[in-house]
Amino acid sequence: MAVITYRDALNQALREELRRDPAVFLMGEEVGVYQGAYKVSKGLLQEFGPQRIVDTPITEEGFAGVGVGAAMAGLRPVIEMMTWNFSLVAIDQIVNGAAKMLYMSGGQFNIPIVFRGPGGAAHQLAAQHSQSLEAWYANVPGLKVVAPSTPADAKGLLKSAIRDNDPVIFFEGETLYGSKGEVPDGDYTVPIGVSDVKRPGTDVTVVAWSKMVGVAQKAADMLAADGISVEIIDPRTLRPLDDGPILASVRKTNRCVVLEEGWPYAGVGAQIAYQVQHGAFGDLDAPVARVTGLDVPMPYAKNLELLVMPSAARLIAAIREVLYLD
Amino acid sequence: MSTSSLPDHVARQLAATPKAQLLEMLYQMLLGRRFEERTAEMYAMQKIGGFCHLYIGQEAVAIGAISTLRPDDLIVTAYREHVHAIVKGCEPGPVMAELFGREGGVSKGKGGSMHLFDRRRGMLGGHGIVGGHIPLATGTAFAAKYLKRDYVTLCFFGEAAVNIGAFHESLNMAALWKLPVVYIVENNRFGMGTAIERSSAIYDVAQRACAYDMASETVDGMDVLAVRDVVGRAVDLARREGAPTLIEARCYRFMGHSMSDPVHGHYRTKEEVQEQKEQDPIRSYMNLLIGAGLVDRQAVEALDQKARAVTDEAIRFAEASPEPSPDSIFQDVYSVPYGPYTTREQ
Ligand SMILES: Cc1ncc(C[n+]2csc(CCOP(=O)(O)OP(=O)(O)O)c2C)c(N)n1
Repeated sequence: MAVITYRDALNQALREELRRDPAVFLMGEEVGVYQGAYKVSKGLLQEFGPQRIVDTPITEEGFAGVGVGAAMAGLRPVIEMMTWNFSLVAIDQIVNGAAKMLYMSGGQFNIPIVFRGPGGAAHQLAAQHSQSLEAWYANVPGLKVVAPSTPADAKGLLKSAIRDNDPVIFFEGETLYGSKGEVPDGDYTVPIGVSDVKRPGTDVTVVAWSKMVGVAQKAADMLAADGISVEIIDPRTLRPLDDGPILASVRKTNRCVVLEEGWPYAGVGAQIAYQVQHGAFGDLDAPVARVTGLDVPMPYAKNLELLVMPSAARLIAAIREVLYLD
Repeated sequence: MSTSSLPDHVARQLAATPKAQLLEMLYQMLLGRRFEERTAEMYAMQKIGGFCHLYIGQEAVAIGAISTLRPDDLIVTAYREHVHAIVKGCEPGPVMAELFGREGGVSKGKGGSMHLFDRRRGMLGGHGIVGGHIPLATGTAFAAKYLKRDYVTLCFFGEAAVNIGAFHESLNMAALWKLPVVYIVENNRFGMGTAIERSSAIYDVAQRACAYDMASETVDGMDVLAVRDVVGRAVDLARREGAPTLIEARCYRFMGHSMSDPVHGHYRTKEEVQEQKEQDPIRSYMNLLIGAGLVDRQAVEALDQKARAVTDEAIRFAEASPEPSPDSIFQDVYSVPYGPYTTREQ
């Protein structure tokens, strides 16, 4: 097993799937000549040529729809959103097109497509460039939504997403690209719709995905010093949600905090909290707590941005609350 | 009638098109008309629900255009598409059954009037977001180029759709990448109640192609042979050179925007509609064929009887088809039904 970055893990997944299946192609802004706005597609143009690594104009609705049409005609497009913020001008093609085609055609046209790119806040990018849009897409039947937290999951899930016969929304963590981890060599896949225990523990269950897993690990390290044992469950896939391991964990710990970077109102965490209270009501010793991004557009000022983002300190406060420690 | 007195395109088409096909086109126009007339009746009887947009008056566009295609060519259309689907080869029975919301419908009753799909016939929908399907057609053309196949995609939409971003984004990519697609604007003068003069800064829709250095033509959309002539050239160009074309077919809808809209309403006068109806594309084409000695009134009458009979049969098929079973609700959301959450909520 090699230790590589999240970025290189995604690059490997793309490269391997492009080699494996000639119907797979990558399309988006700056994916080719420029080698990717975040260098995820580095070297792919050189290996696969401009027919399969397609640089587009700045035309998200247009190329998202071209991807859906190409999928109807037998191809397996991977469509890169330079960041997910820009997908909002393409959302008609994703929601009204990709997500509904199979259903409204009575099962005739499945859409094997991956929409991928970085999501979430980075550093001081302000309101229009700092959003976690998982809840928007996870709301839609017909879409699958994936948000890996580690290089290994990034590689394994992207390969599964490309092989999936339905549309997959793939959120990469903008600030995770440089993070490193062990990634199995060769044809390594992680199934869509399977949660993972990222840290075993006994006192409280924290559900977190994408870069929030790192925040949860930090909080867990700090709490370990006080003798509090945190179990971190990373669903990895937000739709379909594999709530089995979450419920199993809550049955053991009797307490649950759901952590997410996105906005609180109608967030994915609200859905998970519902499923926990529904599926493990009798096991809970405290109400399910949520820690989220604050309910505001992202401010630019560094101090304000830090307050908006969920932090280890806020998570620790929530954990102490469900443990009735304060 | 001697062919020398005919307009060039008519003479050319009469000379080049087998008689059987010329008659088939007349039959398809009659079938389209009868099908839509009966659809209106079925709607009034509440056998059909939802938004339902009739094609009456515009038949020359779909029939002239689709007559130039091979069976492996594709069409992608907006929601006023019952006739496009039938002309592309969908059986009238399953099309009517779809309007009825029945299991035997082309989309198993899940799509309805606006979402007719038939993979085997190259009918790729039936889309309800104005202009939203234009990128899809651009994508199927992208796939043709990628796969080195020589099928062509025709994309149909109304003149109001040329004001939406997806139209411009698509034309730009199709011209930039040389994709084998023909965009056909069915300019029936109105987007619901808004006349083109009130919605578009440019009256000549075809001129919009200039912005993308794309070939374009304007054609009389009430003249089926003119449409066939112009679309035929564009399809050839797409097939041979992979070059896209924008075609504006000027036509008129004789009915309201949808079944819930009166024929003239506040935005056009009764007189205007009446005047346009005098240019009925079916009558003009019938008279042309009779004048050219290719058919007589009796033969036309026989074609019309056949169109009525096929429509009756389509209605019988739809009536006999069962409603979709409640079990089908969760089918076809995903290729492989998934997961603990949906199963629990079911
Ligand atoms: C994006 C979008 N906006 C509004 C509507 C509602 N709508 C449906 S049809 C229509 C008029 C479209 O006119 P045109 O494109 O010229 O086609 P026609 O109906 O004349 O065939 C409108 C406004 C819609 N379906 N999609």
